[in-house]
Amino acid sequence: MSELVPEPRPKPAVPMKPVSINSNLLGYIGIDTIIEQMRKKTMKTGFDFNIMVVGQSGLGKSTLVNTLFKSQVSRKASSWNREEKIPKTVEIKAIGHVIEEGGVKMKLTVIDTPGFGDQINNENCWEPIEKYINEQYEKFLKEEVNIARKKRIPDTRVHCCLYFISPTGHSLRPLDLEFMKHLSKVVNIIPVIAKADTMTLEEKSEFKQRVRKELEVNGIEFYPQKEFDEDLEDKTENDKIRQESMPFAVVGSDKEYQVNGKRVLGRKTPWGIIEVENLNHCEFALLRDFVIRTHLQDLKEVTHNIHYETYRAKRLNDNGGLPPGEGLLGSVLPPVPATPCPSAE
Amino acid sequence: MARPANLFGTRPLVLCRVRREPDPPPAEALGSTPAGGHVAPIKREGVGARSRCRWPRAKAECECSVALTERRGSPAGVCGERPGAAMAVAVGRPSNEELRNLSLSGHVGFDSLPDQLVNKSTSQGFCFNILCVGETGIGKSTLMDTLFNTKFESDPATHNEPGVRLKARSYELQESNVRLKLTIVDTVGFGDQINKDDSYKPIVEYIDAQFEAYLQEELKIKRSLFNYHDTRIHACLYFIAPTGHSLKSLDLVTMKKLDSKVNIIPIIAKADTIAKNELHKFKSKIMSELVSNGVQIYQFPTDEETVAEINATMSVHLPFAVVGSTEEVKIGNKMAKARQYPWGVVQVENESHCDFVKLREMLIRVNMEDLREQTHARHYELYRRCKLEEMGFKDTDPDSKPFSLQETYEAKRNEFLGELQKKEEEMRQMFVMRVKEKEAELKEAEKELHEKFDLLKRTHQEEKKKVEDKKKELEEEVNNFQKKKAAAQLLQSQAQQSGAQQTKKDKDKKNSPWLCTE
Repeated sequence: MSELVPEPRPKPAVPMKPVSINSNLLGYIGIDTIIEQMRKKTMKTGFDFNIMVVGQSGLGKSTLVNTLFKSQVSRKASSWNREEKIPKTVEIKAIGHVIEEGGVKMKLTVIDTPGFGDQINNENCWEPIEKYINEQYEKFLKEEVNIARKKRIPDTRVHCCLYFISPTGHSLRPLDLEFMKHLSKVVNIIPVIAKADTMTLEEKSEFKQRVRKELEVNGIEFYPQKEFDEDLEDKTENDKIRQESMPFAVVGSDKEYQVNGKRVLGRKTPWGIIEVENLNHCEFALLRDFVIRTHLQDLKEVTHNIHYETYRAKRLNDNGGLPPGEGLLGSVLPPVPATPCPSAE
Repeated sequence: MARPANLFGTRPLVLCRVRREPDPPPAEALGSTPAGGHVAPIKREGVGARSRCRWPRAKAECECSVALTERRGSPAGVCGERPGAAMAVAVGRPSNEELRNLSLSGHVGFDSLPDQLVNKSTSQGFCFNILCVGETGIGKSTLMDTLFNTKFESDPATHNEPGVRLKARSYELQESNVRLKLTIVDTVGFGDQINKDDSYKPIVEYIDAQFEAYLQEELKIKRSLFNYHDTRIHACLYFIAPTGHSLKSLDLVTMKKLDSKVNIIPIIAKADTIAKNELHKFKSKIMSELVSNGVQIYQFPTDEETVAEINATMSVHLPFAVVGSTEEVKIGNKMAKARQYPWGVVQVENESHCDFVKLREMLIRVNMEDLREQTHARHYELYRRCKLEEMGFKDTDPDSKPFSLQETYEAKRNEFLGELQKKEEEMRQMFVMRVKEKEAELKEAEKELHEKFDLLKRTHQEEKKKVEDKKKELEEEVNNFQKKKAAAQLLQSQAQQSGAQQTKKDKDKKNSPWLCTE
C-alpha cells in the first residue's frame, strides 16, 4: 500500500558541497589572531574541573589532592573523630574551590568518597559512585535539553577519577578490578599507586608491570584510552605513558622540608627525606604534569564528547520508549520511512 | 504505556525544568531538592531517621570535621527532613557562595589550560562563514578578495537573475599554524528584479536552514558535535549603495528581517564615489535611520578591557566605508592595493582614504571569536527556542507550572499515533469498499457469462436438432433412393432377362417368322 509511506522529511537546504581551494596568501590577513581571541575568552570565563578520588581509607587521597593543587583543598580524614560510626555505605562529598593562577580562574571540585572499601562486605560499593556520576550527566542533560537554556551550563560532571591502589606489591585486589571494570565505561579512570614509598625501585617496577598486565587482561581501559587517540602524535605520546609510566606511583605530602638549601615538599623519615617532586623518588611530578599541565583539556573533552554522549544516547533511547528514530523529535516529525510504526497492531 | 524506570529506579526523566531562578542559597538546598530538579537519592542503609545532609552548609563549614560535629548535633529539623525521603539525601553541586577562594602555595600549572584548549582547536581548525548581501555589481566579491588577500574563483553575476539565490563557496586558508575553513555566501541577483518583495526570503531561508541543520544534529541521539562542520552564518556584511542620501527601503526591510538571525555589519560599498564631507553626513543619516527603525546591528563587545577601547573607537565609524581592490599600484616605492583614477590613486589600506583597515581589524583580528560566539549563544539559541516552542514543547504551561517535556512529548506522540490509527482505519475501509465493488462487478460479469453460455448452449442444441432432422431426411431420401435403385435394378435385371428371352424369341421368330408372342 503505497499511501502508507509518508513523504520524506524535507531536507533543510544546505549549500551544495563546497569546493575547497587551498589559497596562497599574498599577505598577512590576521587569521591567527583568533588564537589570541580564543585564549582571552577562556581566561575570562574561567573553567570547571571536577576530580574524584576513590580508594580505601588511609591511602593518602586527601594528602595527594592537597599536594596536586598546592593548597588545603581537602581536610584530612585523620582528623576525623574515629570513634564515630564508620559510615555503612560510601558517601560522596563534593567540595568546591576557586583557584586562580596566571589570570586563569579554575573552579575546582574535589569529590571524595569516604567509606569506599572500608566495610567488611564491600559488595556493590561502587554503586553510589556510579550513581553520582550518572546524576551529574543527568543534570547536564536536563540543562541542555531546556528550551531556554543558560549561556554556560555549569559543568559538574566528573572529569577525572583517581583510583588509589594499595601498594601490596602483589597484584590488584578483586575490589579494585570490579570497581575499575564498572567505572571505566562512564568516567576517565587514572589508576594511581598510593604510598609508593613503601616499595623499592625493583618492587615498584614489577608491581606496575603486574598491575598493567592485569588491567589489560581484564579489559579495563583506563585514561588515556587507546580508542580515543586521534592521530599518530597522540598515539605515540599516550602509548609511552600507558606502557611505561602508568599507573603512577605517587607519594603525597604537604609539609615542607629543607633539602640541599631548597624548600621542598616531602616526607621526613629516619632514613632520609622523600622528596615529592623528585622524579627519582616518586612519580608525583609526572602525575601532576599529566593531569594538569598537558591533559586537562583532553580529560574534559573525553568526558564531554564521549562519556557524556554515551550516557545521553542511552538515556534518550531508554526514555519512555522513545522510537528508535532520531532524537526527541523523532515522533513529532513524520518518521523516516524505515521506522516501523509502533502503534499499529 | 508503562514508563520504564530510569537508571536510578525512580521517577522517569523530567527532561525540562523550570528555569530562571538563580541557584538556591545553601539553607534551602539543605531542606529540599533543588528547585524543580530531579535528584536521585543515594541509598543510605542504617542511618536511621537522622538524615545527613551531605551538603556543605556554608563556606566555613566545608571542612569535614567541623561539619560533621555540627551536623551530628543538629536535629533533623534543621536539615528539613522529609519523612518520605528518609532515604533520600540530596547530593548536588556546591552553590556559588560556598566556594572558597584558595591561595596557591606554589605553581600548579593549570594556567596552561587556555593553551591546551587552543592547541586542540588549532588542530581541528576553525570555521568562519560570512554572508555578503548587496546588489549585483556593488563589489562584494572584490571586497572578499581584498580582505583575504587571495583571488577567490568566481564569475561576476549578470543582472538578469529571475530571483535571489545564494551561492556558497568554501575555502581553506592557512596562516602560520591556524587553519580556517572560510565559507563565503553570496546573494546573487539581489536587487535586480522589478518586484523585490520577496528578495529577503531566500536569505532568511538559507540562514534558517543552517540553524536547522545544526539543531537536527544536536537533537540526534547519536551525535558528533565536536567534528561537525559548522555552516551557520557568523557575520553578515550588508553592502549599502553609495547614493549619498539614505538607506533604500529594500535595505531597511532586509536588515530588519535579518537582525535577529545574524550579526549584521553594515558597510558602505564603493566608498570612493563619495566625498569626505558627504560621507560623514551619509553615515550619520544611515545610523539614525537604523536606530529609528529598530534594526539591531552587531555591537562590538566592550566588556573586556583589552578590546573595549579599540571596539569603542571603531564603533564610532560605523558603517565602514570601504573600497576594495585586488590590483596593485606603485605608490612611492611600494606596491599597494589601490584603484587608479586619472585624478589620483585611492589606496585601500590608507586609513584616510577609506575604512577598509578598520573593517579588517574588527571583522578578523579582534572580533572573529566573538562573532562566532554571538551566533551560537544568541541567534542560534533564539532560533532553537522558537523552533521547539513551535513544535509544542514548552517550559511552562499556561498555568506556569513546569511542563514536563516528557508529558508534552508523550501527548504529542499519542496524538500522532491516534492520527495514524485513524488513517489506517480509513484506508482499511476504503479497501473493503473497493473489494466489495469489485466483487459485485465480478458477480455481474459472471452472471452475464452464464447467461451467454446458456444461450449458446440452447442455440447449439437447436442447431443440432435441425441438423439431425436434416440428417434423418437425408437418410430417408437415401433409403428411398436405394430402394428405388434396388427396384430399378431388379426391373432392369428382369428386363434383361425378359430381353434375353425376347431376343431368343426374336431369334426364334426370325427363325420362325410366323411365331410372335409379344
